[in-house]
Amino acid sequence: MEMNNNSSTWGRFLFLSIVFSIFFVDGQSQNLVNGKKIFETRCLVCHQADGGGVPNMNAPLDASTNVVGKDIARLVYIVKNGLNERVALDGMYYSNAMTANPDFTDQQIADVLSYVRTSWSNKASKVTLAQVQAANSKNKIKTKK
Amino acid sequence: MKKGLQILCLILAAFSIKAIAQENAGLKLPEGFKASLYANNIGSARHIAVTKAGVVFAKLNYPNKEGNAIIRLEDVNNDGVADKVNGWAKFGGTGIYVKGNSLYASSNEAIFKYELNNKDEVVNPQTPLTIVTGLINRRQHESKSITFDQQNNIYVNIGAYSNACQTSDRTPGSQGMMPCPILDSAGGIWKFDGNKQNQTYKDGKRYATGLRNVVGLDWNNQTNQLYVAQHGRDQLNSFYPNLYTDAQNAELPAETFYAINEGDNAGWPYVYYDPAQHKKIVSPEYGGDGQKEGSKDFKEPAVAFPAHMAPMGVLFYTGNQFPEKYKNGAFISFHGSWNRAPLPQEGFFVAFVPFKDGKATGEWEIFANGFAGVENGAKVTNTAKAKARPCGLAQGPDGSIYVSDDTKGAIFKISYSK
Repeated sequence: MEMNNNSSTWGRFLFLSIVFSIFFVDGQSQNLVNGKKIFETRCLVCHQADGGGVPNMNAPLDASTNVVGKDIARLVYIVKNGLNERVALDGMYYSNAMTANPDFTDQQIADVLSYVRTSWSNKASKVTLAQVQAANSKNKIKTKK
Repeated sequence: MKKGLQILCLILAAFSIKAIAQENAGLKLPEGFKASLYANNIGSARHIAVTKAGVVFAKLNYPNKEGNAIIRLEDVNNDGVADKVNGWAKFGGTGIYVKGNSLYASSNEAIFKYELNNKDEVVNPQTPLTIVTGLINRRQHESKSITFDQQNNIYVNIGAYSNACQTSDRTPGSQGMMPCPILDSAGGIWKFDGNKQNQTYKDGKRYATGLRNVVGLDWNNQTNQLYVAQHGRDQLNSFYPNLYTDAQNAELPAETFYAINEGDNAGWPYVYYDPAQHKKIVSPEYGGDGQKEGSKDFKEPAVAFPAHMAPMGVLFYTGNQFPEKYKNGAFISFHGSWNRAPLPQEGFFVAFVPFKDGKATGEWEIFANGFAGVENGAKVTNTAKAKARPCGLAQGPDGSIYVSDDTKGAIFKISYSK
């Protein structure tokens, strides 16, 4: 009897955790699926399929201290506005101008940054919509100065 | 006993793997050619130059771990591997050239001249003469490659700091500027006097224009003419997806090799060369649709190579060591592409362009391959994964040629024997 009770508790726990994980993983992965799609159509050409970039020209995203770093506002700014300056990153310099992406929604920026920050060898936190919106207001204040 | 045997097998296997890996330094060459790894890990070796006594100089894109950006290499025991290596100079750059007892080297803004003694050692490493200064360096296409004619004139590439001279660089929908204002001070080859100090733009002459970015260039002494290899524009599909597919972008435009006469205009940014149509096509930033032909006045290429492979070095072969067909032909090193993605990358090899009666036949072939270090037949899909990327080319006094790599800083020596 005790055994039965135990196994039914376990069963319930297992069932719930499966349901939970399907829901959870699916909710999370949708974010990453969208991010991957955006990466492949808009970013891959320059940053390459493995996020390794092109030496001296296009900065790498994989194992890049900036990409996995804490300054989300800066990442949001670059994705939106592109970058037209000499990029110093991890002891190397990258010279090509990065194209701006003014058509990206805040959700798309969150998705693509989440994908990039968790892909290849990157294991940083994902970026939420709220973080992108907070970054936008922070960036606006910055540009007004 | 069993364990001892296993260890022996492991040692033998390790040795045979090492032997296979080292054969021709991993390069694939035509029959009769051999390669050695002349140097490795010297830093981002861009162009190279060899003296009459066989001393090699390499210009590094950045100072290496020791803080040096020019490296002198010598193979004293003559085994194909440099055994005496030292360096100096703090300025990164690409160009290097030995002319008589002078060594010229370029930063991304200037050209300097050092003096060599009778042992090919630099006499004034800390105090070179400044020959040219103030050349435009706006980050993109900043390499100042150099070559010389027989009268000691310098020809220097000043690359366009732009992809296609759009009002806003690499921005979808941004139109091309008309006329392109970049061409006044960049996007071409400038000529300076190799003997005169402190020259700036006003002392030089724009020798050829409409060249987006030339890294590889060489003077053909047989015909007394400058040859340059241009890096064609990028991202036709990214900015004009309605006109170009990914597959079309991977083949457009050709990387072009030109026989230059003074005053030539190769047409950048107004046109690009379509190797399938054999035509100069109007750039989409200037109202082109992928079909509309541009002005016939723009220079016709001597050879059109597949797109995006990035020609880095040009060398006219004047030695006697290689078989007759190579004499007075041109070797061109290709760095390997990135803008063919999502399709596999191409290049990462040294090509040979045969010449007949002083003219390129229009044909070309792969001479040395395997730099990228991928398995036979496999393609590089991510540019940064290529093990080595061919860059500089130079000919030694014995007729061997040297190829530099600017990723880890390898120099390969390629020789021929019957």
